[in-house]
Amino acid sequence: MCLAIPGRLLSLSGEDPLMRVGRVDFGGIVKQVHLAYVPGAKPGDHVLVHVGFAISVLDEAEAMRVFAHLREIGELEEWEARREIP
Amino acid sequence: MKFRDEYRDSRAAQVLARAIARTVTRPWTLMEVCGGQTHAIVRFGIDRLLPPEITLVHGPGCPVCVTPVEYVDRAITIAEYPDVILCSYGDMLRVPGSHGDLLAAKSRGADVRAVYSPLDALSLARANPQREVVFFAVGFETTAPANAMAAYQARQDGLANFSMLVSHVLVPPAMRSILDAPDSRIQAFLAAGHVCTVMGYEEYLPIAAHYRVPIVVTGFEPLDILEGVYRCVRQLENGQAEVENPYSRVVRRSGNPTALRIMKEVFRVIPRRWRGIGDIADSGLGLAPAYAAFDAERRFGAVTVDTEPTGECISGLVLKGLCKPTDCPAFGTRCTPDRPLGVTMVSSEGACAAYYRYRGKPARPS
Ligand code: SF4
Repeated sequence: MCLAIPGRLLSLSGEDPLMRVGRVDFGGIVKQVHLAYVPGAKPGDHVLVHVGFAISVLDEAEAMRVFAHLREIGELEEWEARREIP
Repeated sequence: MKFRDEYRDSRAAQVLARAIARTVTRPWTLMEVCGGQTHAIVRFGIDRLLPPEITLVHGPGCPVCVTPVEYVDRAITIAEYPDVILCSYGDMLRVPGSHGDLLAAKSRGADVRAVYSPLDALSLARANPQREVVFFAVGFETTAPANAMAAYQARQDGLANFSMLVSHVLVPPAMRSILDAPDSRIQAFLAAGHVCTVMGYEEYLPIAAHYRVPIVVTGFEPLDILEGVYRCVRQLENGQAEVENPYSRVVRRSGNPTALRIMKEVFRVIPRRWRGIGDIADSGLGLAPAYAAFDAERRFGAVTVDTEPTGECISGLVLKGLCKPTDCPAFGTRCTPDRPLGVTMVSSEGACAAYYRYRGKPARPS
């Protein structure tokens, strides 16, 4: 039920901020999405969509953090492996 | 797909799984709150990547599963009025009430329709002014802004033939109720990331502090879930109980302010009964007084029907994280998605359905 899918905002239309809609590309499938809850979204942004509504704009910088963390623990892992070699 | 495929990388998943194995020194029990996470855990076999010390128990996070039987009965009664079109999210149509489900009502001639978005229900109302369109609005905080917008627009447009049967539930009160239970064994939570997208995570700070449980805001892809587990375990091993948000690519501390504003305008917090769990104070949303005209329970009268079907189904224990689907003697034999005995087998996000789909039938005892 809480399934939400990221897609790329292609274009948007509508004057009233609570009625704005946009076309969102989900890996090749384009759907109309309501943008009332992402007032700052602009074309090119990735938005998270749930039951036809965008509920968040994906933050590219924050998205990298998991991988930075992974690199950190990955390196730590190698370091520990090296340390174990007598 | 960007922001999805990279979080399914199996090599990265192995690194995280090894980090977890290195960190853990004793047994810990974690609950993932959301049914979508349960689904991903079983589908990608994440529980099998984890060291044996870690037990993941599945939480009550499937709104379809916890919608009380009397609401399903009410929806069926309303659907059977001659001029009504009743619509809801697809899974809701197969949830058994005391006497059958909405699809059975449809086969008896009721106009029951599955919609993808609540605004599809609004369009139906605009296109059918001579009919009463009722939207059976269920969901957690994730879905509440969308459902709120349907009521908001209906009121703006003065749409007289649209109403909502609202059975919304809230996650943090359910987490408290699980922790308050004397037999609770939950030591940390993977908080439902998309609920937090809307609500933020400030309301978890007092829960983490009061119950001394780590709460980690967690997404839905394998790497998100493993990262959530890793952070929970690291906190548990260090004796910490804090709220962390590694799902920061979509979750902000205060949530989504526009969504919260419309939710606050349309809904108010009320007590709610959860199927399989019982009454939980302040755990639901109902329509605010200004929206009473759009309340289907007022328009059609509240219908109260008899009790929960019992029998061998243990879905109540599954929803509270006290049992796994495979503990149920009916699992995969007398109870399957085609012939479900309980809600957790009906909903595609129910734990029993996830186990059935990805783990198949239980191994025959040898
Ligand atoms: S397997 Fe079926 S009968 Fe058993 S708990 Fe799950 S839904 Fe109920």
